[in-house]
Amino acid sequence: MYPVSIIFITLFYISLLIFLVGMTRKIVQYWQTPVPLKIPTAPAPLTRSGVVLRMLREVILFESLFKASKWTWLFGWLFHIGLALVLVRHLRYFWPGDLPEILLLTQPFKYAAFAFVIGLLGLLGRRIFVDRIRYISAPSDYLMLIILLIIGVSGVVMTFTDNHTDIIMVKEFASGLLIFDWVNLPTEVHFLVHIFLAFLILAIFPISKLLHVPGVFFSPTRNQVDDSRKKRHISAWALQQEQQNSVHLGEAIGTDGTLETAAEPQTKG
Amino acid sequence: MADDFVIEPLPTYLEIPAVKADAMRGAGPFKSNAEFQNPLGFPGEKVDNWQQVAIDKMGELKSKYRSVQVFLDACVKCGACTDKCHYFLGSSDPKNMPVARQDLFRSVYRRHFTFAGKYFPKLVGAKELDDEMLDDWYNYFHQCSQCRRCSVFCPYGIDTAEISMAAREVMDSVGVGQKYCNQILGKAITIGNNLGLPEPALRDTLLDLEEEIEEETGVAVKYPLDVKGAEILLITPSADFFAEPHIDGFIGYGKVFHQDGVSWTMSSYASEGANFGMFIGSYDVMRKAALRIRKAALDLEVSRVMVGECGHAWRVAYSFWNTLTGVGAGAVANDEFALKLQNQLDSRYPQPQHIIEYTHNLIQQGRIQFDKSANDERVVTFHDSCNVARASNMGGIPNGQFILPREVIKAVCNNYVDMQRESIMESTFCCGGGGGLLTDDLMEVRIKGAMPRMQALKAVEKSDAVNTLVAICAICKSQFSKVLPKFDFDPYMIVSAHQLVSEAIIMDKPQTDETEIKTEIETEIKTEIETEIETEINDKTDETVKID
Repeated sequence: MYPVSIIFITLFYISLLIFLVGMTRKIVQYWQTPVPLKIPTAPAPLTRSGVVLRMLREVILFESLFKASKWTWLFGWLFHIGLALVLVRHLRYFWPGDLPEILLLTQPFKYAAFAFVIGLLGLLGRRIFVDRIRYISAPSDYLMLIILLIIGVSGVVMTFTDNHTDIIMVKEFASGLLIFDWVNLPTEVHFLVHIFLAFLILAIFPISKLLHVPGVFFSPTRNQVDDSRKKRHISAWALQQEQQNSVHLGEAIGTDGTLETAAEPQTKG
Repeated sequence: MADDFVIEPLPTYLEIPAVKADAMRGAGPFKSNAEFQNPLGFPGEKVDNWQQVAIDKMGELKSKYRSVQVFLDACVKCGACTDKCHYFLGSSDPKNMPVARQDLFRSVYRRHFTFAGKYFPKLVGAKELDDEMLDDWYNYFHQCSQCRRCSVFCPYGIDTAEISMAAREVMDSVGVGQKYCNQILGKAITIGNNLGLPEPALRDTLLDLEEEIEEETGVAVKYPLDVKGAEILLITPSADFFAEPHIDGFIGYGKVFHQDGVSWTMSSYASEGANFGMFIGSYDVMRKAALRIRKAALDLEVSRVMVGECGHAWRVAYSFWNTLTGVGAGAVANDEFALKLQNQLDSRYPQPQHIIEYTHNLIQQGRIQFDKSANDERVVTFHDSCNVARASNMGGIPNGQFILPREVIKAVCNNYVDMQRESIMESTFCCGGGGGLLTDDLMEVRIKGAMPRMQALKAVEKSDAVNTLVAICAICKSQFSKVLPKFDFDPYMIVSAHQLVSEAIIMDKPQTDETEIKTEIETEIKTEIETEIETEINDKTDETVKID
């Protein structure tokens, strides 16, 4: 096997490991961090099913972004829907053996690559030309878009120009990664750049703003049911404080008496 | 910030300004001192190892609040919020863009709590918490009214209010607090209201008001205080007792209660609806202030708790009281703390209930009648106060917090128009004075932040000759009274919803009412006791004089 194949195989597993471990840790962290107060933002659903619908509208249609800015919505949505379709189409490379019927139907999804690239160009343009967005952009914000653009453009080049790679080799390599049956990969530069940057994105996912992907599902202003008068919502730490009477009236109001019990410890704060 | 600043004429259309760096740079509002810090459990002055204390506090907060943790991670800098803050629209200072305001906090979070920020700070915009950064925190986190408008438009629901609350709590924990909020909180948690008004003064005020109303209308509308066994405990912002135009709304509540014939009371122990604990982001201080209401409800054995016209008070009451104090419903079977109160409260009513919900209900049932022509000289529009609009509900129906106030207003006046859709309801613009900013040392911020609301108001003034602005928030009312004239409006055009109710309500209830008799007896007894005590004191003084 070529050394370059060994390097890329290693890179794949390293980035996948970082991705899986990192994302698990972040999701566990989000899951375990308490939500002490009810803070849904209007228009807040009054029922659980309302919240599910709101979340679906948010992650599929980008409802709030649509309200905020039509241009950002257009480019952002094109980019994300393009990415989603292209990723689905990429399943064929990782599928060992003959493709099931349903994956064969994803062939036209290759055109979504244009939505992906156009969306990214729009977002990059906004970041460069709108003074407000330029102001809030760190180098990493440009870098992220540029990495994704290079991935997109190199993919388009491989798919729609004469610079095709050996697609059979790609499939054997990619599916081999999943079933631990390692083979050589094609060594055209644009292909190597394409997958190297894809691995990079995987690796920086848990340590970057890409955390918006799990984050949106944990956002209390979006995932809470607006039922604070009907159900008592209390977090573990607040309940513990309440049971220990650690916040009490006695201290501040002097002789006015304490709230629940007379003999509570006089702790500060 | 310069003391003299230019108030630009209102634009015909609200335009997004070009960023003007440092336009609102400054020292921020007056700082608190030991006298106001210590009662809240905060250090009296900036502690020596403040950086370490602050970083530790940040770590604590992000582990206690999922909102803080997720919001710090999730922002992709898409810019959707950049043109949504009224302070940015009015001041052009880029640090008043919600994301940039959050970034003051986020850059420090990244530096200390993330891999990328620890090893590649320049790349991801991570920054150290130094004196300059702390100055920026103090200045710009006191240019946020925690109105949550940005959160409506954020694709991840990131709420700058949560970040600004966290930042203020971190600052309080190192001894850098804001005087306005912390001084007021000291009064609220020791005396029971933001004004520091003790029971006798409050009682006098209410008696004066009763006389005034009786003189004016011939109806003996009562303002009962500390009446044990009353049905409703009213918790209202203390501004309602004195301030203009608040008091005219307060008169409206009294008239509605009177006409309904319900027994109600206020509490001298918990005579404040406002809860600035929310503004400073302290769960404990907010809870402490709210617990007075629980105690008052238990002591007075009321079956309903009702809240007057106050925006953030309604957010705290509606969204937080059940959590903080048990005022609400639906506690689990072993929750003794909450059940003690919830078993006492009447489950047929929402707990707590907003005065607008109450009046709305009476209107629906036809139990109060109006002469709408009393408000015929008015062309009315309604300002959705941010905390009511974006952080609460009314009536238990979707968007009830927008519907109910409008229905009440339309029931009492003939001429109503809404302002531009993008400036009302969930997209409402803050009055400019919320979130602990209603202090004279922040006047420039307040006036500039009011610009978007004033622009929308100017538009309906031109198109529909609107001459009355209704709000159901004590802060909005005070703020508008101050800023309206700066934009060539009549400062008296701002009124309470219940002022319109008060002007139109037909007071035809027979005067012999049980509640009144009960209240009268209470007052008589009180007066007798007071006279006795006075006589005793006088006697004692006489004795002392004699001995001397």
